[in-house]
Amino acid sequence: MAAGAVEWIKAALLEVQEYVGMLAKTVRGVVTPPFYYRDVVQQFDAIGIGSLTVVLLTGTFTGMVLALQSGITLDQFGARSMVGRLVSASIVKELGPVLTGLMVAGRVGSGIAAELGSMMVTDQIAALRALGTDPVRKLVVPRILAGLLMVPVLTVISSAVGMVGGWIVTVGVLRVASSVYWNSVIQGLYIQDVWMGLIKPFFLGFAIVSIGCHVGLRTRGGTQGVGRATTNAVVASSVAVIAVDYFVTQLLIVLMY
Amino acid sequence: MARAQPARRSELLDDALGPGGPIIVFDDVTLAFDEKVILRDVSFTLKTGHTKIFLGASGAGKSTILRLILGLLKPDGGQIFVNGERVDNMSEDAMMAVRADLGMVFQEGALFDSLSVRENVGYKLFEELNWKPADANRRVEEVLGFIGLAEFIDRKPSELSGGQRRRVAIARAMAAKPRILLYDEPTTGLDPITSITVDEEIIKLRDLEGVSSIVVTHQLRDAFYVAEHTAARRSSEVGFEKASPAKCDEAEFIMLRDGRIAFEGNAGELRAAAARDPYIDAFLS
Repeated sequence: MAAGAVEWIKAALLEVQEYVGMLAKTVRGVVTPPFYYRDVVQQFDAIGIGSLTVVLLTGTFTGMVLALQSGITLDQFGARSMVGRLVSASIVKELGPVLTGLMVAGRVGSGIAAELGSMMVTDQIAALRALGTDPVRKLVVPRILAGLLMVPVLTVISSAVGMVGGWIVTVGVLRVASSVYWNSVIQGLYIQDVWMGLIKPFFLGFAIVSIGCHVGLRTRGGTQGVGRATTNAVVASSVAVIAVDYFVTQLLIVLMY
Repeated sequence: MARAQPARRSELLDDALGPGGPIIVFDDVTLAFDEKVILRDVSFTLKTGHTKIFLGASGAGKSTILRLILGLLKPDGGQIFVNGERVDNMSEDAMMAVRADLGMVFQEGALFDSLSVRENVGYKLFEELNWKPADANRRVEEVLGFIGLAEFIDRKPSELSGGQRRRVAIARAMAAKPRILLYDEPTTGLDPITSITVDEEIIKLRDLEGVSSIVVTHQLRDAFYVAEHTAARRSSEVGFEKASPAKCDEAEFIMLRDGRIAFEGNAGELRAAAARDPYIDAFLS
């Protein structure tokens, strides 16, 4: 039992060491040549444009259901006209970043782990090294840069369409005037909320993609290993999204409010 | 870190590593994974322009030797010299320069799925050596012509047969004109006819391009074919014939058993050893 626990702790420490090592190499890869510009552009397209549909759909429906639920609750206080405040504050501060993060974790985190995992088990990563390419510079750096910069962009889009979704339900179902909704949306938002909604996705994007890359590059054991790596990447990056969201929110509250 | 270029050598070292010089040296190399010893005091020398053929049962440590040469693994003990550079304690960055002069054909090819045959073969030229596109494309067409797959240049690896994938892997390994080529089970899983075409590519590269090679295999027929045949250019064609005894001496067999070298010598000596050693006899039969 004790020996098992020691083994588990050793394995966990090894994972952390490998993860930190990969991040250190990534930082070096960002600031020193060679750079693989084409791969960076490809990853911006794959992670950013590729995730647009799922983020648009999630954002819109979240805004719609939020308006619907808020309308019922606010009706109890005769405050249906305040629905915009609730929708905007919830979406910009929390639901936009977190739901976008979870969607990207499901779509991109799993994809990265599966792709790099397959390359590991078929010796393509070893072939890259044999051909004189550092796999971190070629595969990890472009993905982390794309995650770091595209998740905030996706979050802004998600939050925007979320508020439009809320507007559709507020005007169409709750029968509140359009100008009342938008006034309420603006009143509900403070500049700190906007900053929070913009800063958090950088951390979430970084966590999702770096976990996907780490899990992918640690894949062993053939196709079964690739399946395990994909599942692990989704689970770990989804949990990381929620945990990082909490800690960054706590930090930003201390710093900004 | 600049892009990897072949390691610079002085004229003296270039002379020493010329034909017949020691281009790869293993000196008492030992490697273990946890409790399991993979290699135990392995020593050998590959001379420039020669071939070493590693035989042995699965798990005997044959492929590990190739990974040690490439610096993909580091030994626990002993020294490894490649192209005049000591690589057993070399950093990953410094190793990139040594790898610039090495080509490796992985088991199953390890071609990049998302790239075409052209991009796979020219990968090092386009991405690492920054050749002009026209020059790189010319070289890719030349090596694909050399291995007889010119018409497959725009296909994806998934559209090729097993044998074609191995030959494209050979083309990729030779595209940047390395002085050393390493082959990991190049014919495993291929039918006899296709295996012979792969063997002939190995012979052509050795005899016509002067490449030093290490072949890891457990396909005895292919091992003896590579060791006992030679390639020669006849007008526009390349022909293959039985090698002279002197030429046969340039291809040496090493048999690994439980991480140790159980036999080292040419094809004739290997056959003779089978009469004395029941393990070698069982392996050859």
